[in-house]
Amino acid sequence: MKCEASALLDERREQVHRTGQGPIDMACNRDSLAGAVSQRACVFCGSRVVLYPIADALHLVHGPVGCAVYTWDIRGALSSGPELHRLSFTTDLQETDVIFGGERKLEAALDELIDRHGPKAAFVYSTCIVGIIGDDLEAVCRRMEEKKGIPVIPVQSEGFKGNKREGYNAACKALFRLVGTGDTSRISGISVNILGDFNLAGEIWIIREYFRRMGVEVVANITGDGRVADIRRCHGAALNVVQCSGATLDLAKMMEEEYGIPYIRVSYLGIEDMAESLYAVADHFSEADSDISRRTSELVKEELDLLMPRLQEFRRDLEGKRVAIYVGGAFKAFSLIKAFRHLGMQVVMVGSQTGTEEDYRELEAITDPGTIIVDDSNPLELSAFIKEKDVDVFVGGVKERPIAFKMGVGFCDHNHERKESLEGFVGMYNFAREIHASAMSPVWKFVPRREVRNA
Amino acid sequence: MLKPNYVSTTNACKLCTPLGAALAFRGVEKSVPFLHGSQGCATYMRRYIISHFREPMDIASSALGEKHAVYGGAPNLKKGLLNVMKKYQPQVIGVATTCLTETIGDDVGMILREFRKEFSDLDLPEVVHVNTPSYSGTHMDGWTGAVRAMAEQLVVEKARANGSVNLFGGMISPGDIRALKDIFGHFGLDATILPDISETLDGPALLDYEPIPSGGTPLEAIRHMSGAACSIEFGRCLPARTAGSSLQDRFGVPNVRLGMPLGLRETDRFLEALSEVASRGVPRRYLLERGRLVDSLVDGHKYVAGKRAIVYGEEDLVVGLVAFLSEIGVQPVLAATGSRTGEMVANIERVGGDLREQPQVHEGVDFHEIAEMAGELKPDLVIGHSKGYRYARDWGVPLVRVGFPIHDRFGGQRLRILGYGGAQDLYDRIVNAVLEKKQSGCSVGYGYL
Repeated sequence: MKCEASALLDERREQVHRTGQGPIDMACNRDSLAGAVSQRACVFCGSRVVLYPIADALHLVHGPVGCAVYTWDIRGALSSGPELHRLSFTTDLQETDVIFGGERKLEAALDELIDRHGPKAAFVYSTCIVGIIGDDLEAVCRRMEEKKGIPVIPVQSEGFKGNKREGYNAACKALFRLVGTGDTSRISGISVNILGDFNLAGEIWIIREYFRRMGVEVVANITGDGRVADIRRCHGAALNVVQCSGATLDLAKMMEEEYGIPYIRVSYLGIEDMAESLYAVADHFSEADSDISRRTSELVKEELDLLMPRLQEFRRDLEGKRVAIYVGGAFKAFSLIKAFRHLGMQVVMVGSQTGTEEDYRELEAITDPGTIIVDDSNPLELSAFIKEKDVDVFVGGVKERPIAFKMGVGFCDHNHERKESLEGFVGMYNFAREIHASAMSPVWKFVPRREVRNA
Repeated sequence: MLKPNYVSTTNACKLCTPLGAALAFRGVEKSVPFLHGSQGCATYMRRYIISHFREPMDIASSALGEKHAVYGGAPNLKKGLLNVMKKYQPQVIGVATTCLTETIGDDVGMILREFRKEFSDLDLPEVVHVNTPSYSGTHMDGWTGAVRAMAEQLVVEKARANGSVNLFGGMISPGDIRALKDIFGHFGLDATILPDISETLDGPALLDYEPIPSGGTPLEAIRHMSGAACSIEFGRCLPARTAGSSLQDRFGVPNVRLGMPLGLRETDRFLEALSEVASRGVPRRYLLERGRLVDSLVDGHKYVAGKRAIVYGEEDLVVGLVAFLSEIGVQPVLAATGSRTGEMVANIERVGGDLREQPQVHEGVDFHEIAEMAGELKPDLVIGHSKGYRYARDWGVPLVRVGFPIHDRFGGQRLRILGYGGAQDLYDRIVNAVLEKKQSGCSVGYGYL
């Protein structure tokens, strides 16, 4: 406990809560505290990760070289066709551009790159520096759109204008400019758009296959394995199915308002959430298709018959082990907590970079007494929590991994860089297998932490 | 050759300035790197660095928001420094600016003077600062600038002559730094290596998370650099003003500029320089190491003879690699870098004397341009960091990974390329890459060379 006290700055006390210890009143969605080494990124990052997977669009970062290289092919977002998204384009602003303005260079870059690659659309990301020097992205994009005959869309993602959530919003606004510009004839009445899935390690293909088996047409993937033409006509779908905390929720709301398309929020992680998501879609269409519920139940049953015995084997070893979760969006954390229950594991810490008050209240409701709930954490806090709770496995992203490993704790990458598909029923199996592989590795016998405990 | 300004960049062959500075600041004992800018910069660079070193990398940020961009970042910089002091108890904080704070015009020197005055009642750490606008230069400029800033701002008095050697080794791997320490030791020399990331970015498994990883150049040792017998800095493409030149100008410490000790001749030069300072011959172990290296070059020369290589990365690394390739009979056909020091052509001519033909040399290029040139050059081999992987795969040739970042393989932080031992490791990897390519593409599948 002594360690915890020193790890936590006074100004961050309101962002940490323990389940069962008084009413939850989390401060969240605040600016990160200066000097606190937040794990968060920026507005640009938020919009970049949402739009990145659109594989036949040009993604041009208008800014200095760093913003583009640090986001070059960092997502495991796979494409079944074009792979333009995996290249890193930038105007690589130089000192003279900062002094005289970068518009000419931006225009020249768009001209050159659109001719070279023939993309179906171009997204132009604004960075901190562009916000400061005041380049008129709208005007440049409009000119290039006329000249090239493809949508050229500015993304207002200046890094300093908030945190990742604002970036999601900027991305949704950019996407919304595409929506409604394509032909919607010949779209089935039983059709959805998949929002908030980024096809990490091919996950969206698993989900699309489930929908196919249910008899549901998928109009657009937004944005994993995404195509511009699909997004242009996605307003013809009957339902938006939105995954993730907030990345594409704004888009779903805009589409509801403008086109009257209802949306439901889902999660494809874990057993219950995956099944419930499919049932929710089936329910939505049960009037139009009286057989869809039966097909869906059958699908779920088939998958579970395969999965459950295999999970039991992992559970035998994992029962009682302690888990810490620190992820970008809180929505994912809900699913993870449930997933760990199937493995008999105990979640002792859970946190997110961008959770809302509502998210944290929900976390408090579904976690065991004493569980640490934390918003916008940092390495010192996380390491103190790991130690206090004697964690066996940590679930997080690249920046959390070395913290866990340094302290001799198993780890599972559950962020946008992952290379294992963790969605769907097969994803639950992959997840359990990875957790098992890490938690049960003999290497932990040699790390100082376990040597001490076993001594 | 430099490209005109109004051209886009595709898959850059460089990183931004503050990243180099943050890495360099990580190599000082009890030091915390700090970026003055918006939160994203620090987080992105942490992520990037972690993928290579597989070590924790805490970089603090002043986490500027919109109002700071308008009214100035001073309040957040001060608040951030205080928070870092509270949580990390550092001896040194290394502040690097970003494009944002450079452009809004924050005068960090002045803000830090105000900070010292405002909080003079506190036990303040040293705060070093460096200007690193990311629209000017590359990560190497950030690295070199941060090292110079440390020499200028931390070494302010003439220390008593101590006979030690200062080494400014450039952006080299922890593995290489450890080997260099051994070399100094075997010459009986005390050395201050600045920065020293050999432990801070390649540490052991621990019981607790260390807020600041152990290791790094001690502050006291840095202060004593003004009393050293000489400074050695690796890099033929360095700017005129460096940490070494600063110590020479201000304290009369002779500054010896050498190429990165890559391969036989550049390592010979380095060991000769040490011989001179130490007034003793090269220790037998290095004569043996050199002998074994030459022996292996003879053993393997036919496998690599005439192979055509594309080399890219930091300019001094590229110069060093060309020097080595020219010694082993591999023909570098293209030497490329994303930076623009303007020094690479002359230096490659200088080190590549044995080459039948000089390679094409290009500064300020990206991978798109490298790929365009490769079409005609028909390389057998690519030598550089991980970012060239997709190209090497397209061309069907092996990539021998050196430098930073190595994201797609294990052990980038332990790679050795310097000294005779490093050249040996690199040589073995080059020969084996060629052999593996030949073996996997051969219908016979020879299992015996």
